[in-house]
Amino acid sequence: MEESKKIYWKGIEQLANSPEYVKHAHAEFAQPGPEEDLGHSRRDFLKMMGFGMSAVALAACEAPIRKAIPYVNKPVDIDPSIANYYASSYINGGDYCSIVVKTREGRPIKIEGNDLSGVTKGGTSAQVEASVLSLYDNARLRGPKAGKEKISWEDLDKQVIAKLSDTAGKGGQIRIVSNTILSPSTNAVIEKFKAKYPTTQHIQYDQNSLYGMLKANEESFGKAMIPSYDFSKASVIVSVAADFLGTWIAPIEFTKQYAQTRQVDENKKDMSRHYQFEANLSISGANADYRTQIKPSQEGAIVVQLYNLIAAKAGKATVSGGAENVNHLAKAADELWANRGKALVVAGSNDKAIQVLVNGINDMLGSYGVTILPHLPVNYRLGDDQAMANFITEVESGKIDVVFFYNCNPVYDHPMGGKLGAGLKNVSLSLATSYKEEETGLLVNYLAPDHHYLEAWNDAEPKKNQFSLAQPAITPIFPSRAAQESFLIWSGVSDADYFEVVKNNWKTWFYKNQTLDFQSFWDKCLYDGVLELPVEASAVTFNADVAAAASAIASNYKASGFELVIYENGTVGNGSQANNPLLQELPDPITKAVWDHYVTVSPKDAKEISFDESKTKYASITVTGKEPITLPVLIQPGQAQGTLGIALGYGRTKAGKVADGLGKNVYPLVGLVNGSLNYTVSDVKFEIVSESYQIAQTQTHQTYMGRQTVIQESLLSEFKNKDWKREFHPKVSTWSDPEHKVDPGSLSLWKGHEYKSHHWGMAIDLNSCIGCGACVVACNVENNVAMVGRDEVIMRREMHWLRIDRYYSSDADPENWKEIEDAADNPEVVFQPMLCQHCNNAPCETVCPVAATTHSSEGLNQMTYNRCIGTRYCANNCPYKVRRFNWFKYHDNSQFESVNTAMNTELGKMVLNPDVTVRSRGVMEKCSFCVQRIQSGKLTAKKERRELKDGEVITACQASCSTGAIVFGDVNNPESKISKLLKIRPADEKNPYRVDKITDNPRAYQVLEEIGVKPNIWYLSKVRNKEAEKA
Amino acid sequence: MQVSSSIRDPLITGGKTVKDVSHDISRHVENKPANLWYLAMAISVSLLAYGLYCVWMVLWNGIGMWGLNKTVGWAWDITNFVWWVGIGHAGTLISAILLLFRQKWRMSINRAAEAMTIFAVICAASFPLIHMGRLWLGFYWALPLPNAFGSLWVNFNSPLLWDVFAISTYFTVSLVFWYIGLIPDFAVIRDRAVVQGNNLRAAIYNALSFGWQGGAKTWMRYESVALILAGLSTPLVLSVHTIVSMDFATSVIPGWHTTIFPPYFVAGAIFSGFAMVLTLLIVTRRVFKLEDYITIYHIELMNIIIIVTGSIVGIAYITELFIAWYSGVEYEGYAFYNRVSGPYAWAYWSMMTCNVISPQLFWVKKIRTSIVATFVLSIVVNIGMWFERFVIIVTSLHRDYVPSSWTMFHPTMYDIGEYLFTFGLFFTAFFLFAKFFPVINMAEVKSIVKSSSEKTNQDASH
Repeated sequence: MEESKKIYWKGIEQLANSPEYVKHAHAEFAQPGPEEDLGHSRRDFLKMMGFGMSAVALAACEAPIRKAIPYVNKPVDIDPSIANYYASSYINGGDYCSIVVKTREGRPIKIEGNDLSGVTKGGTSAQVEASVLSLYDNARLRGPKAGKEKISWEDLDKQVIAKLSDTAGKGGQIRIVSNTILSPSTNAVIEKFKAKYPTTQHIQYDQNSLYGMLKANEESFGKAMIPSYDFSKASVIVSVAADFLGTWIAPIEFTKQYAQTRQVDENKKDMSRHYQFEANLSISGANADYRTQIKPSQEGAIVVQLYNLIAAKAGKATVSGGAENVNHLAKAADELWANRGKALVVAGSNDKAIQVLVNGINDMLGSYGVTILPHLPVNYRLGDDQAMANFITEVESGKIDVVFFYNCNPVYDHPMGGKLGAGLKNVSLSLATSYKEEETGLLVNYLAPDHHYLEAWNDAEPKKNQFSLAQPAITPIFPSRAAQESFLIWSGVSDADYFEVVKNNWKTWFYKNQTLDFQSFWDKCLYDGVLELPVEASAVTFNADVAAAASAIASNYKASGFELVIYENGTVGNGSQANNPLLQELPDPITKAVWDHYVTVSPKDAKEISFDESKTKYASITVTGKEPITLPVLIQPGQAQGTLGIALGYGRTKAGKVADGLGKNVYPLVGLVNGSLNYTVSDVKFEIVSESYQIAQTQTHQTYMGRQTVIQESLLSEFKNKDWKREFHPKVSTWSDPEHKVDPGSLSLWKGHEYKSHHWGMAIDLNSCIGCGACVVACNVENNVAMVGRDEVIMRREMHWLRIDRYYSSDADPENWKEIEDAADNPEVVFQPMLCQHCNNAPCETVCPVAATTHSSEGLNQMTYNRCIGTRYCANNCPYKVRRFNWFKYHDNSQFESVNTAMNTELGKMVLNPDVTVRSRGVMEKCSFCVQRIQSGKLTAKKERRELKDGEVITACQASCSTGAIVFGDVNNPESKISKLLKIRPADEKNPYRVDKITDNPRAYQVLEEIGVKPNIWYLSKVRNKEAEKA
Repeated sequence: MQVSSSIRDPLITGGKTVKDVSHDISRHVENKPANLWYLAMAISVSLLAYGLYCVWMVLWNGIGMWGLNKTVGWAWDITNFVWWVGIGHAGTLISAILLLFRQKWRMSINRAAEAMTIFAVICAASFPLIHMGRLWLGFYWALPLPNAFGSLWVNFNSPLLWDVFAISTYFTVSLVFWYIGLIPDFAVIRDRAVVQGNNLRAAIYNALSFGWQGGAKTWMRYESVALILAGLSTPLVLSVHTIVSMDFATSVIPGWHTTIFPPYFVAGAIFSGFAMVLTLLIVTRRVFKLEDYITIYHIELMNIIIIVTGSIVGIAYITELFIAWYSGVEYEGYAFYNRVSGPYAWAYWSMMTCNVISPQLFWVKKIRTSIVATFVLSIVVNIGMWFERFVIIVTSLHRDYVPSSWTMFHPTMYDIGEYLFTFGLFFTAFFLFAKFFPVINMAEVKSIVKSSSEKTNQDASH
């Protein structure tokens, strides 16, 4: 063998195999010797020339200079690109929410609920979510002012103190006007001020007054207070015109409690039954099981009737009056009585008499101590309507010398605001502390701007013994000063520091019997944001003259003419945050209108208006003794015939570019009943005028056309059945075996994805979702979604990634495709949050010519903005129509400056989330399942060398949802909340990572299941707690 | 090759000789244009200028200048695109398929029809370009070019990409085919220019004709190339609109997701293409006094094709309705219910009237041999075909699966402006063609003069 192996050599050198040869054997060519290096070659010369030329050319171009000042010394707790979170409190008048503020590089960019709070329990609302943008409102005051002139704080203090001592010297009257103040430290400051100037009176009022309720409780229980409510304990809820899910007292708390009673699963097949009697269709009415349309003038009679029905059962004396033949009322009374001890009756009226009777009913039902907690009174609405009215009369008659408006705007938002504004010229010193000028600030002598709440220290006591702290999340942007500090300085305190005041107060008030040192105690309170001290339970005894109340009702209400309900809507609310485009462009939960002010009218009362594409006419509305106003008509299914609804919060004149000139101010239309503000008005003249208008609505089609693939619902009585199955299960025939129909999901042209690690999914419970819209705002803030303004919404181009579809039921036969377009007279309502469904067989992905939208290895349908060329085929081919195209450049574009402030003003841009690209024009965008949050969660887990835990990644919409309707998580993880909720398991046990999954939760369904796109979002069908209708 | 029955009616009337042909057709190139031509050009160029302004506004400000919205992502843009592509079908069909089938009557009309095809395809192509949100990137990102983006490649699953290939191939082949046909005719004009002593024209047309000498070998090669190109073009006639139809057929939208789209679209394209050829030729033969070359017989034959394709289209419409009902698919059913009786029913019934009912009038010989009736109906057909695309695109999109997103579409002045832009472009190009290029293929027509002119006929009868 050895012999036969021939060896060939490359050359004689290889045969010799000298060490020199071996060294260079790998190089094919001989290495150039040193003598061949001629120094700089011609090529080098050209290279250097080229570099030199381009360097000179580049140096000649001036790059735009953007001021960004780096940290010279990095603060210990700030890492660029890492978010910091601070617990704080949202306080806006009497509205309260315990929050966590997300900051990036010292800028608050997002607000989330604080789970540690026993009051709001992690819930938020649209207004809370949006308030972060109000911090960056361009209409904010840039410092103190005297009249129109800028002034220094020192000069302002000198002048104010001079005038104050002058007034005090001659015994002149001083008033501090505010909304309800939740802060005990602020109240202490005001007390200090009062001590210095004893002629001072503090007057509180509320835009949405509960004065009647305060008085009723005083009469009933001897104490003017508003109790806490616990809807979660109620099996039967009867609401007479109280929109407790939208605006009444504390909706953030109530939605959470209410949702608990509405959630059902196989183990808990029981839910509350909710009766609503109202004129306007409110969010509460939309979620009710039984909704009865009534006129506002009937509210009293209905309460009387209910009282009598219950009293008859309880064996108590009935009172005179009442309304016969109110649909569902007798049934409600029966059920209330059957469920006494776990029932609740609420009424929205601000009339003392009505509230006394409601107290009487609740007393008979044994609600006190269970669903109503009088031992835990709330401080949200302490406004005194009478005191405020007296004050305004005094101002008018020139009896007042000094007025301080503490963060309130009564010239705009009090019914007598006009008179107050005119009377202010009689006042020698008037001063407003709001952080914006606003209508009241326009008429005062001095503006001493307070910080925005996100810049300020503060505390709050929303409920008895439930305290919370507010801490600054940013250095004050402008030279504003805490109003409390101002009051202290004006009271003669030399080194006023409100932070120290709050801290010392907490030390004196709460730092008792602690094992911790004070600093640790304080740090803990600050970290948690809340301090909750025990409250002793105590019973109350009802003792009020119900007969007198009933006769007051009988004499106070007469049905005549059109009746007007003045309400707060779910978006701009009382108008204090009207200059916030996030709220203006948030579709009203019911009407889906944005940027518009309108009068809601029953379809029967405006037959001449077709309301095709929201095209409508103006109507003139005249309240006796008031100036007539004209507003466009919005045809509202469910509105009681003969009633009108107009929202507060519009008609601002000095709020800023966003809100000024939108709609009409209807505070002046608010009347008086029984000494308190009355938000319903009778005998209103309503005339449609010929002028036309188009309202901007994000949804112009009202019904779901009987398409069960979109909305699935059932009755509780059916759901209780052990073998209950959803009614709608689409099946398809196949060519190979036409006899046996199969699930559409089991057929596919594609091989199907396999997700080896995470498989992100979302479950949305249609039974929990109340349609409030907090998630929409949260999504907009988190993902830098552009606001586009009224005109563009009319062009149907809103950019929202997440929308809440609101469908009305129709009385028509589902086969009749014409008539089913029309909503029923008193429709049932269903809300459906709709966002990118992250289809596993995504129709958008296959049609993109440049692969700009693709599928991730974790089931996300991802959009690569940089790659998008904007053919829009993906949006056309999206069966859910959730993709949004950048029709224009929405940032840095003067066309959108007044509607999209977050992307067009230097101040507004501070709110942008640096983790999310601001999209350029011409590209498509859509929900990303908050991919930046997923990435951040995964990176944290990776750094800590552990697995990502369930609940670590929470999407913005989920975080904002008070009802817990949205659950996001990994469906590959059998232990995750979503997997357990859906009872999800792999379709093929041998291949658990395959995309195909089976849900054993009988309520789980996917929208448009039969087209086989296999979404990663499951909906849980709606269950209504009502009797089966007799066919 | 030139075997034909002498009993047949001549294709070219008026006893034209070969010399007459050269003269009749070349003189339009040689003479000063008529005042009417200047007027027509002025109108076309003004339309083009206004259209360019609208295009500019859309490119500068964004697609939002159009009336599109979150639900209706395509409307006039793609409607116009499909409409123009459809029109662009007749040229190649006439030149290629009829060449392969040895239909000599095509010879008088193929030049103009091909020119129309090329201009129509250019107009059509402008819409997919302008409709892109980011044209400045899209015009080359949609091509499978090697790039420095790593492994980034186009998505071969996307019918829009197939469109890019289909349209660009069709355009290239049509252009080459057309130009090859023009070469001998350019040479004729050059030769006449030499005789007339116009050196400039001689030089220009010499260059355009690539120095054509007309040797027997050259002619042989010329004819081979024409045949090869005809062979290549033939599948394209079917493929282009098939692929355009797949822009819709491969989607999940009810009303788009339809398997009959390819044949239905091809028939519709031929239908509209022939109608457009008729519209243009009826004007051209009158203005350029070419009645002997483009005869009533030609018009009648084309009208017959319109009856056939119009009927195919009509059957397709009815099939769609039937299947929508028969399939039992709720969304498909609703999509067609909505077409027929929804807010855009006026568009649907305009389409039905123009496309299904109006061509049936051509069954009457008197109508299909009437110039006026043909002219009117040819325009009606193209109005109908525009509505067909509008109906397919807009009424399917505006109400699809989830009723909350249902919207209406309203065009803005920029939607209209973009459409006018293509009219300006088309007619400017067509009038330039009519003035500077021989509008009838002289070389081919000369080949049938002998066999089909009256004179030959008379000779045969002796």
